[in-house]
Amino acid sequence: MRRLLPLMLVCAAPAFAQTALPPAPYADRQLEDPAQEAKATALMHTIRCLTCQSQSIADSNASMASDMRSEIRERIKRGEEPEHIRAWLIERYGDWISYKPTAEPILWPLWAAPALLLGAGGVLAWKRIRHKRKGSA
Amino acid sequence: MKRSLILWIPLAGYLIFLLVASLGLNREQQTVIESRMIGKPMPGIDLPAASTLSPALSTKQMADGKPRLLNIFASWCVPCAAEAPQLTQLAQRGVRIDAVAIRDAQKDVDAFLKRYGNPYQRIGLDARSTLQFYLGSSGVPETFVVDGKGIIRYQHIGYIGPQDLDTIMTKLREAES
Repeated sequence: MRRLLPLMLVCAAPAFAQTALPPAPYADRQLEDPAQEAKATALMHTIRCLTCQSQSIADSNASMASDMRSEIRERIKRGEEPEHIRAWLIERYGDWISYKPTAEPILWPLWAAPALLLGAGGVLAWKRIRHKRKGSA
Repeated sequence: MKRSLILWIPLAGYLIFLLVASLGLNREQQTVIESRMIGKPMPGIDLPAASTLSPALSTKQMADGKPRLLNIFASWCVPCAAEAPQLTQLAQRGVRIDAVAIRDAQKDVDAFLKRYGNPYQRIGLDARSTLQFYLGSSGVPETFVVDGKGIIRYQHIGYIGPQDLDTIMTKLREAES
């Protein structure tokens, strides 16, 4: 039991670790300027929460996510561009933190898929139509 | 013949989808996010004192020729208490450890240090995870090895157990060169 204790602590803590501190100023408060708030919200919906990894920071209640929301709103308020903030975060956490797909080579198949499928469908349809016409002629 | 083969394509596609989905279900959901700041200079931020027992921390003053550890902890973080004996051991071996307390209050940090010991030379208060974002750190506890030039050399994610001490010491030695 004694030996297991540290292990149990490690497993238990991340889920329940919370702080008694009040949230950062702009964690749950909107910016005064609606245009800036819209920019900030759009960005927050595409930044992944570090604690609850399947959520964006806009959706997460984790304290780290609320700190990050505040950080983003304050930066937008100072006039920073959303894409600049995204780049700043990617520089530190990698592409992983952003939900917005990049143009990296690994994602080329993803971008090409719609065009390829549309092309294949077009060819199929064209062949069919030609076949039908021949049949009816 | 050709026509009947084409009819199987949707089913094959579905089976491929099923395979990918079932493999995905068994994958570890939580991934460890390593900082991309390894090899880069420590971001310089002035932090106020997190405790009455240790002085404040400015990460601008880390390039003083000798490597050190920067431990990211919090009084509300249970694994941080579990790693305290290991940090004390490191401090006894002469390792210099600075710390950042995340989203913490001075009286809580004081109580934490009195209870689990204080292996830290300086402790800065990061009330809103700012330094954490600058460091690319994603939780507590985490420990960074910073060399004498103020360059981040290594990141240990999670609690430092007795089994991690050798790695930390090796990384510190590597950071000396």
